[in-house]
Amino acid sequence: MTFDRAGFDVALVRKDFPILDRTVRDGRPLVYLDSANTSQKPRQVIDAMSDYYEQHNANIHRATHQLGEEATEAYEGARITAAGFLGARDETEVVFTKNISEAINLVAYSMGNASTSGGAAERFRLGPGDEIVITEMEHHSNIVPWQLLCERTGATLRWFGVTDDGRLDLSGIDGLINARTKLVSLVHQSNVLGTVNPVRLVADAAHAVGALVLVDAAQSVPHLPVSVADLGADFVGFTAHKICGPTGIGVLWARRELLDAMPPFLGGGEMIESVAMTGSTFAQPPHKFEAGTMPIAEAVGLDAALRYVSEVGLDAIRAHEHELLTHALDGLAALDGVRILGPTDAADRGATIAFLVDDVHPHDVSQVLDAHGIAVRAGHHCARPLHLRFGVPASTRASFYLYNTTDEVDALIRGIDEAKRYFA
Amino acid sequence: MQLDSMYQDIILDHYKHPHHKGLREPYDAEVHHVNPTCGDEVTLRVKLSAGADGPVVADVSYDGMGCSISQASTSVLTDLVIGKGVDQAMRVQEEFLTLMRSKGGGEPDEDVLEDAIAFAGVSRYPARIKCALLGWMAWKDATAQAANGGLSR
Ligand SMILES: Cc1ncc(COP(=O)(O)O)c(C=O)c1O
Repeated sequence: MTFDRAGFDVALVRKDFPILDRTVRDGRPLVYLDSANTSQKPRQVIDAMSDYYEQHNANIHRATHQLGEEATEAYEGARITAAGFLGARDETEVVFTKNISEAINLVAYSMGNASTSGGAAERFRLGPGDEIVITEMEHHSNIVPWQLLCERTGATLRWFGVTDDGRLDLSGIDGLINARTKLVSLVHQSNVLGTVNPVRLVADAAHAVGALVLVDAAQSVPHLPVSVADLGADFVGFTAHKICGPTGIGVLWARRELLDAMPPFLGGGEMIESVAMTGSTFAQPPHKFEAGTMPIAEAVGLDAALRYVSEVGLDAIRAHEHELLTHALDGLAALDGVRILGPTDAADRGATIAFLVDDVHPHDVSQVLDAHGIAVRAGHHCARPLHLRFGVPASTRASFYLYNTTDEVDALIRGIDEAKRYFA
Repeated sequence: MQLDSMYQDIILDHYKHPHHKGLREPYDAEVHHVNPTCGDEVTLRVKLSAGADGPVVADVSYDGMGCSISQASTSVLTDLVIGKGVDQAMRVQEEFLTLMRSKGGGEPDEDVLEDAIAFAGVSRYPARIKCALLGWMAWKDATAQAANGGLSR
């Protein structure tokens, strides 16, 4: 596969990220290979947030003064940017949340609330006999909300398996997605395996039986062009901090007619139309789902991040990461006693690589790497069922982004080799 | 080099050749502890016996999966507490806890902690303190249960 990387220059990109200039662990240059955990932030995002606080700070939607107008415009401007970024029909389909975990919980709790209310919410109602389908490669954020919802409603949770080479096992799809299925929720790109799933195929199967589809796009939106229309989903979530944006804000995109019909999740200020002691009516979406003062500066930061990533170009970012990925897969394959969890070929795969080193625990691998200034993650990466599937409690994970270089890949390979020798 | 301050030879020795490993009968209490961030697990059993001055730690046996730090610290723990009175062993546990919370600034008492002083360097790495404590917390839990349940089995 080749992707267009016209004009991409990693040296120039790196200049945008101030943190990449610092050293760690007694003067070693930082080699940051933990972007699947959280990405670093470019100057453009940091500046946009400072400028907001220095020049425009006010509460939104309710302040009757100039700063309030400016803050509201900045916040709602971020919604327009996010809608454009995802190819949404319009910005009323974009709900801001705290992170993608909250976005998924919003859908789960709204469906739970629907199960005890009538009217338009009827279509989201769940009960015994109904089924929700997820996959074995989900992040805990796309598992636990559904387990809780099934406990509350009596619905059944079912799982797609994962093949030995780390792909979604579609062999049982016809039985798994059936007339009882109410919702299918799956990850677009696995945060452990790197696998990019055939979301469209699953979504079409789900829609054929009248089920809704939620896509956890936390690991795909930062790395490849994602259009909600092409995915064919009903709900898509992502989280700003993994796409060069700040922590504290996430996005739930949903088809507008669904947002219209769904009952609210959190109640509070700004999500209402009218409140009386006898009861309340609610604002139109997306505001119906945004209770209380929202993360305004974070929305400004997200706006700047999406603009930044768009300017660099997602095609170029994907092409660059693909080069890092193939380089890393080659380097790892050349090391004895290193096993990759997930596809070993670069097709339909992102630049996140979890691996195991014979006789060296992932914590110890990452400690040796850390001593060389190389930041990776060790553990189950919030995907414990997936690790159990592969018979291991934990793995080491290196994840790459637009600012990483092939030299950093080489440093990783040398570091792993040293870890092997250290514990031999 | 920096790594060696964490991975002292004592630690690597215990990791490669753990003492008292494997689950044994008889026992008064068994616990299973996990480190939720990394998935490491230990199953640990404690057998107490009656001594002249109160209960004595007769045996500690364990099995588990974990990193060098958690495996080695559990091995060191067994050396330190087996054969001691429960009260005295609990004081050793307290001392180890204090060392682990010292952020690298602790001055461990070698007479009390023996091989466990090798973990002083680990206390500088917040992410690894939980690893070092996994077995010790499990032991404390199991011992408390065994003491409460009486010396029944
Ligand atoms: C695939 C996936 N889903 C969900 C999440 C949760 O993101 P957040 O913690 O920002 O809600 C993550 C990241 O941790 C992820 O990788």
